[in-house]
Amino acid sequence: MDMRPDSRSLPDLSVRELRTLLDRREIGAVELARAYLDRIGEVDGRVRAYLTVTAELALEQAEEADRRLASGEAGALEGIPMALKDLISTRGIETTCGSRILRGYVPPYDATAYARLREAGAVLLGKLNMDEFAMGSSTENSAFAATANPWDLSTVPGGSSGGSAAAVAAGEAAFTLGSDTGGSVRQPAALCGVVGLKPTYGRVSRYGLIAFASSLDQIGPLTRTVEDCALVMNAISGLDPHDSTSSPVEVPDLTTALRDDLQGVRVGVPEEYFGEGLEPGVERAVREAIERLRALGAELVEVSLPSTKYALATYYIIAPAEASSNLARYDGVRYGYRSPDGEDLVENYLATREQGFGPEVKRRIMLGTYALSAGYYEAYYVKAQKVRTIVKSEFDRAFERCDLIATPTSPTVAFELGSRLDDPLAMYLSDTYTIPASMAGIPAISVPCGFSDGLPVGLQLIGRAFDEATILGAAHAYERSTDWARRRPELVSAG
Amino acid sequence: MELTREQVEHVAMLARLGLSEEEIERLRTQLSSILAHVNMLSELDTEAIPPTAQVIAMQDVVAPDEPVASYPVDEMLENAPEREDSYFRVRSVLGYET
Repeated sequence: MDMRPDSRSLPDLSVRELRTLLDRREIGAVELARAYLDRIGEVDGRVRAYLTVTAELALEQAEEADRRLASGEAGALEGIPMALKDLISTRGIETTCGSRILRGYVPPYDATAYARLREAGAVLLGKLNMDEFAMGSSTENSAFAATANPWDLSTVPGGSSGGSAAAVAAGEAAFTLGSDTGGSVRQPAALCGVVGLKPTYGRVSRYGLIAFASSLDQIGPLTRTVEDCALVMNAISGLDPHDSTSSPVEVPDLTTALRDDLQGVRVGVPEEYFGEGLEPGVERAVREAIERLRALGAELVEVSLPSTKYALATYYIIAPAEASSNLARYDGVRYGYRSPDGEDLVENYLATREQGFGPEVKRRIMLGTYALSAGYYEAYYVKAQKVRTIVKSEFDRAFERCDLIATPTSPTVAFELGSRLDDPLAMYLSDTYTIPASMAGIPAISVPCGFSDGLPVGLQLIGRAFDEATILGAAHAYERSTDWARRRPELVSAG
Repeated sequence: MELTREQVEHVAMLARLGLSEEEIERLRTQLSSILAHVNMLSELDTEAIPPTAQVIAMQDVVAPDEPVASYPVDEMLENAPEREDSYFRVRSVLGYET
């Protein structure tokens, strides 16, 4: 009966492989959903990737998928079990944003990205843990639980989309969606050994994505292979009348961009990304990966992005400033937590927000409010916006000489749970290499490129605006020349 | 640059964010060290550089002026911590009960 391509169990196959099995009717969508629910039951007590498992709904959606598969009306992701970071709105399903202030909040509508996945036939397994309001690089800022990295349960999965990355690594979903503001898809993807893409700003609708920093936020897929990433992007990308910042730029079929060699591709290598703070094991893996790109036919070009070191400082003004404004809505009036304390409205606001938000969110609200306050607005906020212009123009100049830029995704591998909690600045440094592309609004993908001390390392490929095709194509060629995509953590390969 | 306790309290009030004594002191030191780091931006001469608020090339996105159905009031009030009829109920705005 078992006609699988090899000895891997169903939850460890790629979306493409699962679609083939479903199309050939070798497995059913309900059977597949059950296999994932079983895997969640087996490992999630240790990984803690899920905040909510929607088992009943998943089986209902899988039954519908089986009917469509039988009648030949299957969508591109028909029957594929997936899960969403818990800031992507799902009608009728609690969506907490990892925060006490939104515990019990049930959205009255679906995010466009989720609606599009449903149209394509994907099946929802549940909602995934995250740093509160997507603020953090370890998922330890969740109000509910700290997710563990499936490769070593004593380390963090990265963040803020740590649940999304850990779930894919542990085979608890065939793919997931996360959101990336300064690296929150790419950094956890790197730390958990999976593929993670931050699309161009405007490529994927933000409708129904709970806002953190609106000029930076993008939804992106986390997958086990680059091809899967292209399949998910095909489903979720494109103009949405509900999000006026979503782009009308045409969305190509990204699976046609996947290639096997890199003849004629110029890969820029910026030395600024290989400096102080980069772990030697990470540097070795990334430099070997870049050599592999050359072996696949790419031409390596030295490029310079001198303002890289300023991008982090810029981000930690702009993102908190936008957050302090976006999070003003959590006042205990229309939804979410309301404190029983406080005599009048203002006292009640103060108490609601004091009790509802965790330490990192408070820190960023304070930082952002300070940067926007009278007397500091010009010196901090406007200054940061000007430096953002410089960061962006340096990328523009670099892309005159190359087609994509290759860097490490994160300066380190996964760190120990609890090790950076007392030092916010050290935690922020996790995002040094992912923030610049966010500031410029350009796409970037993290693809597994080996191990250091037994923990995964990610290679980041940054592309031109709306040119996801080039970075996906290169990431695919690289992936196919290695076997990283088939490695599984012991947690699941032992059993 | 060290923030003062008064500055922290002032900003917290602007943000309508209650803070405990301990939080005020911790935030005072943490924000001071984060601001010391971001102050590296003053090394850059940005006199002639325009600010970037957002990176997309679009402007003035308009929707067709056609009425569409909105969500039912009851559904929108479903998440309200406290409601009365079809309204959100809040504490006294003026500081006393009427």
